[in-house]
Amino acid sequence: MSTSTQRTTDAVLDYDDVVAAYDPVMGLEVHVELHTNTKMFCGCPTAFGAEPNTQVCPVCLGLPGALPVVNAVAVESAIRIGLALNCEIASWCRFARKNYFYPDMPKNFQTSQYDEPIAFNGWLDVEVPAESGEGTEVFRVEIERAHMEEDTGKSTHVGGATGRIHGATHSLVDYNRAGIPLIEIVTKPILGAGERAPEVARAYVAGLRDLLKALDVSDVRMEQGSMRCDVNLSLMPKGADRFGTRSETKNVNSLRSVERAVRYEMCRHGAVLQGGGSIVQETRHWHEDTGVTTSGREKSDADDYRYFPEPDLVPVAPPREWVEQLRTTLPEPPAERRKRLQSDWGFSDLEMRDVVNAGLVELIQETVVAGASPAAARKWWSGEIARRANAEGQDVPTYAAVLGVTPRHVVELESLVTSGRLNDSMARQVWEGVLAGEGTPTEVSDARGLELVQDSGALEAAVDEVIAANPDIADKIRDGKVQAVGALIGQVMKTMKGQADASAVRELIIAKLT
Amino acid sequence: MTSSDLIRRTAAELADLLTAGEVSSRELTEAHLERVSAVDERIHAYLHVDAEGALAAAADVDRRRAAGESLPAAAGVPIAVKDVLTTKGLPTTCGSRILEGWIPPYDATVVRRLKEAGLPILGKTNMDEFAMGSSTEHSAYGPTRNPWDLERIPGGSGGGSAAAVGSFQAPWAIGTDTGGSIRQPAAVTGTVGTKPTYGGVSRYGLVALASSLDQAGPCTRTVLDAALLHEIIGGHDPMDSTSIADPLPPVVEAARRADVSGMRIGIVRELTGEGFQAGVQQRFDEAVAHLVDAGAEVVEVSCPSFTYALATYYLILPSEASSNLAKFDAMRYGMRVWPEGAPDASAEQVMAATRDAGFGDEVKRRIILGTYALSSGYYDAYYGSAQKVRRLIANEFAAAFTRADVLISPTAPTTAFRFGDKLDDPMAMYLNDIATIPANLAGLPGISVPSGLAPEDGLPTGFQVLAPAMADDRLYAVGAALEARLLAEWAAPLLDGAPDVTSLPMPAAATKEDAR
Ligand SMILES: [Zn+2]
Repeated sequence: MSTSTQRTTDAVLDYDDVVAAYDPVMGLEVHVELHTNTKMFCGCPTAFGAEPNTQVCPVCLGLPGALPVVNAVAVESAIRIGLALNCEIASWCRFARKNYFYPDMPKNFQTSQYDEPIAFNGWLDVEVPAESGEGTEVFRVEIERAHMEEDTGKSTHVGGATGRIHGATHSLVDYNRAGIPLIEIVTKPILGAGERAPEVARAYVAGLRDLLKALDVSDVRMEQGSMRCDVNLSLMPKGADRFGTRSETKNVNSLRSVERAVRYEMCRHGAVLQGGGSIVQETRHWHEDTGVTTSGREKSDADDYRYFPEPDLVPVAPPREWVEQLRTTLPEPPAERRKRLQSDWGFSDLEMRDVVNAGLVELIQETVVAGASPAAARKWWSGEIARRANAEGQDVPTYAAVLGVTPRHVVELESLVTSGRLNDSMARQVWEGVLAGEGTPTEVSDARGLELVQDSGALEAAVDEVIAANPDIADKIRDGKVQAVGALIGQVMKTMKGQADASAVRELIIAKLT
Repeated sequence: MTSSDLIRRTAAELADLLTAGEVSSRELTEAHLERVSAVDERIHAYLHVDAEGALAAAADVDRRRAAGESLPAAAGVPIAVKDVLTTKGLPTTCGSRILEGWIPPYDATVVRRLKEAGLPILGKTNMDEFAMGSSTEHSAYGPTRNPWDLERIPGGSGGGSAAAVGSFQAPWAIGTDTGGSIRQPAAVTGTVGTKPTYGGVSRYGLVALASSLDQAGPCTRTVLDAALLHEIIGGHDPMDSTSIADPLPPVVEAARRADVSGMRIGIVRELTGEGFQAGVQQRFDEAVAHLVDAGAEVVEVSCPSFTYALATYYLILPSEASSNLAKFDAMRYGMRVWPEGAPDASAEQVMAATRDAGFGDEVKRRIILGTYALSSGYYDAYYGSAQKVRRLIANEFAAAFTRADVLISPTAPTTAFRFGDKLDDPMAMYLNDIATIPANLAGLPGISVPSGLAPEDGLPTGFQVLAPAMADDRLYAVGAALEARLLAEWAAPLLDGAPDVTSLPMPAAATKEDAR
């Protein structure tokens, strides 16, 4: 059961060698917790972070005699997700029981869907760097299915070194999570991504996250587990048409980790295959800290969940008219929306790609809606804060939320610049203060005493002083060599300790010398 | 009125006496509790008697009546409940060791409705473990005995409810019927039992044996009482997805009218004749003659696939049961057994040890069967095929109901057998349900009413009526018509001819394993 003793480092092949010899085949399984008010099959609340075992009832505790009733909002969300993923929606489908014993599963079966998913056969277009290396292009990820199921409880293993079951003295189970509605979205095998496979995987999960967010069906907070990704990966020799044996890496829970896990598994598989070995079909655990996967449990045909149709629930048969009505509630597809926003914002392809890759589209849109210019929104969100978020292994929106930095801060910062109170370098200092939690931009600039000098007397004095100290340069300017003014501006700014508007200084000098 | 008079009255009569103020609910409840004290040592119908709760509920009804409140018609008539329905604050064991000591924190919908109707709950009745059996011999707490002969089975799985009603330890009771567990005990104890249309009575709080087959229903001494109780517990429940939203058919009215004139009654060829005990068949034929005399028309129908009903049932039931019973894992409630010599046992080892110690042989047998039938590679051949036959059986029922308004058969092929007779032969035990199982597979309602005593052994025989889904009223029309004719013929209720339980010698093997 344990993995801690198996943290041996697997051999890895150089990435370039892997992609030179093999084609990767990926399958991505994403579990999304819906943010419905109540659970999938009972009336318990779903709020995150409540005291353990306070959001439970006979149904989600699986007490003898209790029966499930399907949450209609969850079905609606599932259909909207299916439609947004360009899926067909089943006119009739059932739940099934997936039978296996585990202490965090109250009934010892999970009510899920098996061979009759609510949505199937769809696709999601994601943007990835073009194969040519220039600009971006669309990569279509085919969707196998999206189905409804319930989450399990959450086990905490106490007393062991790593929080894993091995070495633990006892385990605690919190059933608050048991019965939270989940949608599992499964891709068809993703072929043809080649060396871009890690980026495609990341772009897919990011695209899915944006879509689900736009649909307003889930919090899609990967760090809270409301969106979880399993990465299935295999390699086949270039030109082959039979898939290799796959590994299933569980719980890869950030965009960056998705990319890294795919890359790592490709290199690990490559090393095994190159060495003449064969891949074991198994579950693997992703280790965020070390960036490697370790062997979990071997998967084999012995895994038999004895699925059968859930007799306690009636089939779900969404009327066509309802499905069509739900179709009208779909938000603009993120890819189309991005094109529209790029044009609205006036961003170049390169700028837009960077913004998309950094997961900044929503944040910039919110900031623009709040009153900032697109350029300022892009500038501030993709600068210092992005660098820091990256260093923390987080995405910017999450990191900003943690810091409590909001679009309003950017709007305020920009207005301080346009009103002439701050110049660019002062604005950067103010922004650092905001990121450090010193307050709003106005508060930071007040507290740090950062403000352009508006007092013309002080400025004039500084200009006169610099002109007097540099008679040669002043003469050149008087002779019409205006480009020499830069040297004086720099000195004035130095005298003013940066707290002057450079363009105002320039005008003043020229006025005095011509 | 003495308490021994009171306990022999029907529930409908008791309701009238209460309404008229001639008796209090407290008196009635006490009379039944006295009867339990007097005879249940011999019968063992109850697993748990809740004298305190029942008397409190009775006092509450009496107080409300005295205050002039308008009460439900049967308020104050006590009742017994099969131990498979959850009762808040009262033990619910399902006849199994694995649930020993478990006190549910919630009431089954049926139980809630009984309480809302003002029915004091006398206690919980014995049953085959998790309703698996036709004799109540498979209760982990010892068998229930047939009031007609203490050496014989009271039927099963709901032998406790039928025997309680048959031995006047309750005016009426709740049973559950997965393959005949209400009807077959009724037949062998000379009482009445109805399995309503699937979805007609909420299953919320009914600890599932086989979810697609289980249905709770009334166990009574008269057809009218069954209809009255059916009306109390029936109707839509939003907590049960499989509950039917349509209003309940007019069951009480049908029982009161007892009119079969012009009704076409279909004798199912596959459910009579060969394999049925001579006396059982004889009483059935006489009952048919009574109905014809009352104006019904007899037709014969054939449902060839009923031959496969038993096999189908014993694939579907264990499959669902294997999954339903998975939750009994010692993690959250009920029994917990630590594996011997394993102080550091894992959760899985504790689960295994508990299930090994907590489940009886019949339960294990069916869990193994069901696990096998659902396993990959066998699913299509077993569970899949069974579902197809199930559909076929439903289709044949539908075809038969184009020719007949109701279908009839003997309820069980034999009268009550002796303890131990079929314990070593599960197949013989399973065959006892041959006539009752098809209705469960098709979700149809059925009733068993007493048709007399078999001449060869002097034991009760049952007459079964089956109707289309949501035509439960027809059961009561036919049942009441037959009951009226037979009562006229016998001049007294069948149970009047049963031996006086208190005078019967304590059976040698009657020492209960139960240490309640
Ligand atoms: Zn709940």
